[in-house]
Amino acid sequence: MLRVEALDLDHGDARALTGVSIEAPRGEIVAIVGANGAGKTSLIRAIAGMHKPTAGRILFKDVDITGWSSDRVCDLGLGQVAEGRQVFPTLSVRDNLLMGAMVPRARARRVANLERMYAMFSRLRERDRQLAGTLSGGEQQMLAIARCLMSEPELVMFDEPSLGLSPALVLQVLDIIRTLNREGLTCLLVEQNVVASLKLASSAYVLENGVIALAGASADLMADDRVRKAYMGI
Amino acid sequence: MKKAEVVAIVALLALLVAPLAMDRYLLSVFVLVFWAAYAGQAWNVMMGFAGLLSLGHSLYVGLGAYAAAALFVHFGISPLLGLFPAMALCMIAGVVVGWLGFRFRIEGVYFALLTIAFAEVARIGFDHLTWTGAAGGFFLPVSRETAGQWWNLRGGPLFFYYLSLGMALAALGICWALRRSRLGHQWLATREDAEAARAIGINVTRARIVAVLISAAMTSLAGVFYAFYYNNLFAAQIFDMSRSIDIVLAPIVGGIGTLFGPIIGALILIPLGELLTEATRALGINAPGVKAIFYGLGLMVIIALAPGGVWPAIARRLGIGEGRR
Repeated sequence: MLRVEALDLDHGDARALTGVSIEAPRGEIVAIVGANGAGKTSLIRAIAGMHKPTAGRILFKDVDITGWSSDRVCDLGLGQVAEGRQVFPTLSVRDNLLMGAMVPRARARRVANLERMYAMFSRLRERDRQLAGTLSGGEQQMLAIARCLMSEPELVMFDEPSLGLSPALVLQVLDIIRTLNREGLTCLLVEQNVVASLKLASSAYVLENGVIALAGASADLMADDRVRKAYMGI
Repeated sequence: MKKAEVVAIVALLALLVAPLAMDRYLLSVFVLVFWAAYAGQAWNVMMGFAGLLSLGHSLYVGLGAYAAAALFVHFGISPLLGLFPAMALCMIAGVVVGWLGFRFRIEGVYFALLTIAFAEVARIGFDHLTWTGAAGGFFLPVSRETAGQWWNLRGGPLFFYYLSLGMALAALGICWALRRSRLGHQWLATREDAEAARAIGINVTRARIVAVLISAAMTSLAGVFYAFYYNNLFAAQIFDMSRSIDIVLAPIVGGIGTLFGPIIGALILIPLGELLTEATRALGINAPGVKAIFYGLGLMVIIALAPGGVWPAIARRLGIGEGRR
């Protein structure tokens, strides 16, 4: 469904990604793991159209979206939940969610989708009129996910969804991702929490210094000595 | 909302009949109030709605004024037609400023500096443009024959009173509609967090450019009005930084991003300025800058008492919903 081919990305003079190729088949969860600064967020932002790649191709649903602006990418059904839960703090939960349905593909069904989100995340319904900035960290993460789903994406890229959450909440968020995936959503999961994301994903890529160092089925990677040493502390 | 509607209708009726009891001076003060409210409303589209700080709105006032005045003086084109090229010119200027800013990711105060730079360039340019009188000033003909030609924006204080009132009301209506529109919501998201807005599929650059376009077009009309109201234009005055600041003050004092903020701000600031002028004259204080000092003190007191703007404070007290969103 999503295919990235030999992607190079530069931030000014600094090279962020070199020859990165990944693939996310429809209906699967694909994990991208790696240390801080390995280029995970850069990769997500490049796919989302927020950074222009220097070389390479990005294909989504067999459409070449390389160099597209982020609003067009989003409207094609490629959503993202950005790092750090970028909710609009001074807007209500409801307004935040409705903002998620600004893209043409989902605008007409925004009221129905709002109801769908409230059915899925009952906490958000309870907080309907509350300002998003007053929500707890976990609630904000749920709001960020729900807001993204308001655009009816077919693939969602999650950037560090567990960042700054308590262990219990991490499990809850990962559980949400699993549920969404069972309902047919393709997921690209970027995480520092290597064990949890490998357990969730069917396949994974290890990103090191902007290069794909390892790739394969999650189970194989989990058994790989290098992965175990570098990321699991075993 | 019922109470608010009654208040609004009473206030509007009062403004419509008030000229009956006003002398020329009072009429001119209200013209200034409505002008400031209108220009403040236009500026608010950029800052209050889209979160783009412009400190160079004198650029659009000046360009609009000079364009309409030059077309009238040199070619006899009525300002009612001349306002369209004036608008177009300001929109082009706005696109240039906006494009430079957004293309090179110049944001916040740096964007504000860019807007100041353009206004300054225009000031110096028009100061040397002999076609429009250069530094000697550009004067519109005032004669007995043309008096009362409303289609050429010629008229007395009463005419300009109702014209400026109409403009202020129209701006209010436009901003009300804009804020409820899809575009208004895109601006809101962009203002709150441009990165997050991008992430949810909002074309931030386009939303911002449109904000600049609308704001520039609206402000150009303030310039056209200025030219035909005062009948003389001096680049050093109209493009001056202090004019940009004056435009900014009413919405800031009244409440940035609100619909009634620019109006309330203008209703406070213009009379305050006039009172101070009168007071310093009556007291015989002629030292330059005395008025400015007291004006500044007044501003500080107002902003200290109502940091979020006077209108949101009033609205809260009256229990009206329209605060800043």
